[in-house]
Amino acid sequence: MKLSGAKILMRCLMEEGVDVIFGYPGGAVLDIYHELVRTDIKHILVRHEQGAVHAADGYARASGKVGVCLVTSGPGATNTVTGIASAYMDSIPIVVLTGQVPTRLIGNDAFQEVDIVGITRPCTKHNYLVTKVERLARVIKEAFYIARSGRPGPVLVDLPKDVMAQTTEYKPIQEIKLKTYNPTYVPNIKQLERGISLIKASKKPMILAGGGVISSKASNELREFASLIQAPVATTLMGLGAFPASSELWLGMIGMHGTYWANMSSVHCDLMIAVGVRFDDRVTGKTDTFARQAKIIHIDIDPTSIRKNIPVTVPVVGDCRITLEMLNKLLKEEGFQTDAKEREQWLQQILKWKREKPLTYGNGNHIKPQYVVETLYRLTKGKAIVTTEVGQNQMWTAQFYHFDSPNTFITSGGLGCMGFGLPAAIGAQVARPDALVVDVAGDGSIQMNIQELATAVQFKLPVKVVILNNGYLGMVRQWQELFYDKCYACTEMEHAPDFVKLAEAYGAAGFRAKEPHEVEDVLRKGLEYPGPAIMDFWVEKEEKVYPMVPAGASISEMLLV
Amino acid sequence: MEGNNNNKQRHVISLLVENEPGVLARIAGLFSGRGFNIESLCVAETLEEGISRITLVTTGDENIVEQIKKQLNKLINVIKVIDYIGTPFVEREMVLVKIRAKPEHRAEILRMVDIFRARVIDVGTESYTVEVTGNQDKISAFLTLVKPIGVKEIARTGAVALARDKKK
Repeated sequence: MKLSGAKILMRCLMEEGVDVIFGYPGGAVLDIYHELVRTDIKHILVRHEQGAVHAADGYARASGKVGVCLVTSGPGATNTVTGIASAYMDSIPIVVLTGQVPTRLIGNDAFQEVDIVGITRPCTKHNYLVTKVERLARVIKEAFYIARSGRPGPVLVDLPKDVMAQTTEYKPIQEIKLKTYNPTYVPNIKQLERGISLIKASKKPMILAGGGVISSKASNELREFASLIQAPVATTLMGLGAFPASSELWLGMIGMHGTYWANMSSVHCDLMIAVGVRFDDRVTGKTDTFARQAKIIHIDIDPTSIRKNIPVTVPVVGDCRITLEMLNKLLKEEGFQTDAKEREQWLQQILKWKREKPLTYGNGNHIKPQYVVETLYRLTKGKAIVTTEVGQNQMWTAQFYHFDSPNTFITSGGLGCMGFGLPAAIGAQVARPDALVVDVAGDGSIQMNIQELATAVQFKLPVKVVILNNGYLGMVRQWQELFYDKCYACTEMEHAPDFVKLAEAYGAAGFRAKEPHEVEDVLRKGLEYPGPAIMDFWVEKEEKVYPMVPAGASISEMLLV
Repeated sequence: MEGNNNNKQRHVISLLVENEPGVLARIAGLFSGRGFNIESLCVAETLEEGISRITLVTTGDENIVEQIKKQLNKLINVIKVIDYIGTPFVEREMVLVKIRAKPEHRAEILRMVDIFRARVIDVGTESYTVEVTGNQDKISAFLTLVKPIGVKEIARTGAVALARDKKK
């Protein structure tokens, strides 16, 4: 039987197990929407297409599945670009379906026409323009396969309106194999053996875990590995949750705002085992001096991540979970034992650093933003899914909310995209209806996608927004204070809406704390409220994130409280 | 890992790619987006349907070129990446040169064409158009020699290359 392109698309999506789409209709996707409402696929109508992509991103991270969004041509498509770029940097599997003008109009500067495939080429893992309905089923199959396999990432499929209306025979595609795309999951055993000999020789090893551990679902294997070799574990921002913060081997986050003892460990370790990281500049600081005394074993599924920024001793291309599993097996077979005395010295040294320079903050008459995050951690018992916006709010969350499980910390790490947290929280809440989902925001970034509060209210998604309101674009102001002679050029938000009233106007609840003693009460009220809620905390205006490694400096050159 | 200028080397890289729309844009975009250097680029179909060969010439130190090759391999439409450095290979480039041909220079131009085993493919009242094929050095040498006579315009193909076959 012949089916229209739009009907085939729905069949393909259902076969991929898609049960929810974040989207926004428009002229070029009318045929698709007409069929969408005839399926069981749930549609979350966002209020801006950027929100749709971030929501699909949050959904993908909280569920471990591919997130899907659907938008119209032209402005609908261009509005997705920021979200796609963010998902690309963070290796998040999403499929973005964009409408396109009819094929006969492509290239004519038609109404709402844009070359979205051209625009998104450098920020997608791959993208497609479907010009024939006969190609549709295969392209959709490939799009999902590419998005979720190897190093995951966003894939965009551009769907001209006439192709959605054309008909063809539909045969489901069962298997997919691409001759030009074949990620390496199983690492080279020789490289593992070389790695193991370095592990045996090491007196002061450390593990650096990143987002790759989360996307390959390798947390259990990582825990076993760390315990086998008794190595302390730091993570990148993207790796938070990959290793339990409650573990004795936990060092915290590394990098520009990493803990003193994690950064010092990287300076003094003699072996760094980097798993699923890409050595971003915010992690390494000055690359010439990064982990200078260490040999480095770098495990990653993406060969381009290895030796891009940092020279390594043993490169291992492979899936993090499979690789760690193999390493654990080899170590156990050999009956690997650490020299307890040696290791004790190393761990004691780290403990000393930790005691010397713990993560801390001063007292004051005003609410300390760190205290808000700490209290949030205490009240939620560390069980919430936390999204963040970008800037100080993001760093304080990374430092003071202690994540024990993967897929519970959702942030725009690589792109650093303000306006990410609220729509991502909505996506996470859709994926995990029973979870408590909290977006920790600043007063600047929350205003970038505040319109999505309407989405949360409409779909009864009880996300909570904690605004650390300091009246500034805080992180930029912090740089101005420290490195630009305290000239706060254009970073003061001289006017902001009344967030409590704003929440109420959207049909959500609003709460506010101006004094430290009100913090816990407001958090309780907000978290217990059955629907979406904003909690507006008027925090110390000029509080800074510490430690801080100035951009371009060595990771050991930290400014401390 | 910043590029070290002292260790820069010329690499002739051959790519087999799926002949999909946009594949050239993906490759060109990769070079421009990541700041990689590209000296020449030559694209045409192979005998196998749907597969094209791209020959590109780039310079960079070992780390940069390693990264270039990895990034090229990562592109979904790229089937194979071959770097000819360190292996025997043959390389040719063609250039069409329109040389100003005043009566007093005509004989000299033809001598040069003979020496370089080039060919005159068009004769006009004021110019010869000459086809020269060879490796980069030969073509550069020819151009240097005819430049003083007066070159009106040139069109170069950029290098194409293939590995040499085994001699045993």
